Amino acid sequence: MDQKGGGVMDPILTARGLTKRYGKVTALDHCDFELYPGEILAVIGDNGAGKSTLIKALSGAVIPDEGEIRLEGQPINFASPLDARAKGIETVYQTLAMSPALSIADNMFMGRELRRPGMMGKLFRMLDRPQMERIAREKLSELGLMTIQDINQAVESLSGGQRQGVAVARAAAFGSKVIILDEPTAALGVKESRRVLELILDVKARGIPIILISHNMPHVFEVADRIHIHRLGRRLCVIDPKQYTMSDAVAFMTGAKLPEGAEAA
Amino acid sequence: MASETRGPQGFERVIEAAPAKVAEFAETKTPVQKLQYALHQTPALVPLIVLVASIIGFGLLLGHKFFSAYALTLILQQVAITGIVGAAQTLVVMTAGIELSVGAITVLSSVIMGQFTFRYGIPAPISVLCGLGVGTFIGFLNGTMVARMKLPPFIVTLGMWQIVLAANFIYSANETIRAQDIEEKAPILQFFGETIRIGGAVLNFGAILMIAIVAVLAYVLRHTAFGRHVYAVGDDPDAAELAGVKVKSILISVYTISGLICGLAGWALIGRLGSVSPTSAQLENINSITAVVIGGISLFGGRGSILGMMFGALIVGVFTLGLRMYGTDPQWTFLLIGSLIIAAVAVDQWIRKAAA
Repeated sequence: MDQKGGGVMDPILTARGLTKRYGKVTALDHCDFELYPGEILAVIGDNGAGKSTLIKALSGAVIPDEGEIRLEGQPINFASPLDARAKGIETVYQTLAMSPALSIADNMFMGRELRRPGMMGKLFRMLDRPQMERIAREKLSELGLMTIQDINQAVESLSGGQRQGVAVARAAAFGSKVIILDEPTAALGVKESRRVLELILDVKARGIPIILISHNMPHVFEVADRIHIHRLGRRLCVIDPKQYTMSDAVAFMTGAKLPEGAEAA
Repeated sequence: MASETRGPQGFERVIEAAPAKVAEFAETKTPVQKLQYALHQTPALVPLIVLVASIIGFGLLLGHKFFSAYALTLILQQVAITGIVGAAQTLVVMTAGIELSVGAITVLSSVIMGQFTFRYGIPAPISVLCGLGVGTFIGFLNGTMVARMKLPPFIVTLGMWQIVLAANFIYSANETIRAQDIEEKAPILQFFGETIRIGGAVLNFGAILMIAIVAVLAYVLRHTAFGRHVYAVGDDPDAAELAGVKVKSILISVYTISGLICGLAGWALIGRLGSVSPTSAQLENINSITAVVIGGISLFGGRGSILGMMFGALIVGVFTLGLRMYGTDPQWTFLLIGSLIIAAVAVDQWIRKAAA
C-alpha cells in the first residue's frame, strides 16, 4: 500500500484556510485539508473539534465564511449538496439520508430520477422504473452487498447494516471523484461493521478516494492510508497509521501530546 | 504495531466461523404477516375493503332502494366537493402538514367567481379564472410561510382559515347570489352541476372532476419524480434535503397546487348548490381531514395513497346515505364516522409495525 503525500501526485481535493463561525463559536479556524487520489483518508477528532463542519463544507451542506476548496485544482463553490454531487462528491451521512417509507430503488435515485424515453418521459414526466430498478439491483450486487429479493421493498424494512449498505452503494454508484463516509460503523454490530469495512476497501479498490470520519480507532487504523487529526477547528497533523499507535492518535486528538513539528500542518 | 492494525482485530476473528451472509430476508411469514405486508405496500386496500363491505352491507339491508345505479351515483355527487377538497388536503398531509383553510379557500373562490361576474360585470370565464387565481395565491402564501418562514402548518392554516373566512364575509357582505340569476346570466358558473345520464346512473360533472383530479394526482404521486419527492419530504425532510430534494420548492408547490384544487372545488360548489353562498363549505376542512384519515393516509406524512382518500370520502357518503335511507337518527352517522376515524388510525399503526 503506497503512501501519498510524497509530492508525486497532486491532491484531488484540497481546502485552504476554511473558516466557519456560528455566532461566537468558531467551528472551523483556518483549516487545511488534502485528499490524494486512490487513498482512504480518515478524519478523527474529539467531539466539537469541527470534523462535521469540515465534512459539511466539503460536501456542500455548509458554506464556509472564508477559505477555498479546490477539486482537481479547480476552485469550487458549493451552494448545496446537490452542487457537490454534480461534481462527483458523494456523501454517506451518519443519518443515511434515506426516506424509510420509500423503496430501495426510489432511495438510490432520489433527486436524480430517470425518466422514460420519448413522449411518456418528456410530456408526462413518467419515471423509468424498470431501468432504475435494474441499475439499483446491479449496483447492489456489484458490491456483493446482499441478496436483495425485492428492490421495491421499503428501506424501513431493512436492518441497520443493510441500510448502510444501500447508502454506500448509492454513493459508490454515483460518486465519480470522492466519497465521504460519516461514521459508517457507529450504529452497527461487530459483524455488520466488518462487512461495511470490506465494502469500503472494495470501493477503494475501484480507485475512488474515500474520506472516512470515525470515532472507532481500530476501524480507522485498519483501513486508513493516512489519518487527518482535527483539533480545535483546524488540522493538527496528518499521521501514517503504520508509524503511530492508536494511543498516539488519541493523545494528539485530545491534546495530551503534541506531534513533532515536522508533522504539524 | 503496523502489522497488527491491518485486517480484522483479534477478537473479531471468530466471525469467520459465523455464516457469511450479512443480509438474509426471513421468508417464513404467517398469513397475518403477509396481510400486514400487503397492506403496507398497498395502503388504499383497507379503505377499499371497508367501502365494498359497507356497500354490500347496506345493499343487503336496504335492497334495491340502495343498491341501484341511481343511489350509488347519488353518493358520488354528494361526496364530490369533499373528494376534491380532500385531494388538496391529501397533498398537504403527505408532506406531514395539515391544511385547515381548504374550506375557506373553496368558499372565497366561489364567492369571487360569483361577485366578479355580478357586481363588476366581468365576463364569467374571466371571473372563474380570477377565483382560481385567488385560491392558488392563498395556497402559495401558505406554502411560503410553511417552507420559507418555517412556521408550523397547523398555525399558518389556522390563521389563514380565519383571515380568508372573514375576508369572504366582508367582501361578499354576506350576500347570496341566487341560482336563477346565475342560470340566466352566467351558466358557466354552474358548469359542474351539469349531469349526464346513463340508464339509471346520474353523473354530474363535479363527480367527474373529482375522479379526474384524483386520477391525475395518483399518477403524479406514483410515477413522477415530483410525486416521489412529496413522499420523501413528508417522510423525513432533512434526509430528503441531503439526498438532493429541493424541500422548500416542493412544499411551496404542494400548498400552491392544493390552493388551485380548492379553487376548482369552489367552482364545483356553485354547480352543486346552484347559488353562490358565502356561508357554504364551512365543514369541508373537517370533512376533508376525515376522508384523508379514513383513507389510510398517515397524518405523520409520507405514507398513504390518494385513492385511499377518495375511498374514505365515499365510505362517509355511503354511511350518510345508507343510514338516512334506513331512517335512523342522523347522529348515528356521526357516531359511526367517529369510530371509523379511530379504527383507521389504529389500523395505520398496526400496518406500520410491518416495517419494524
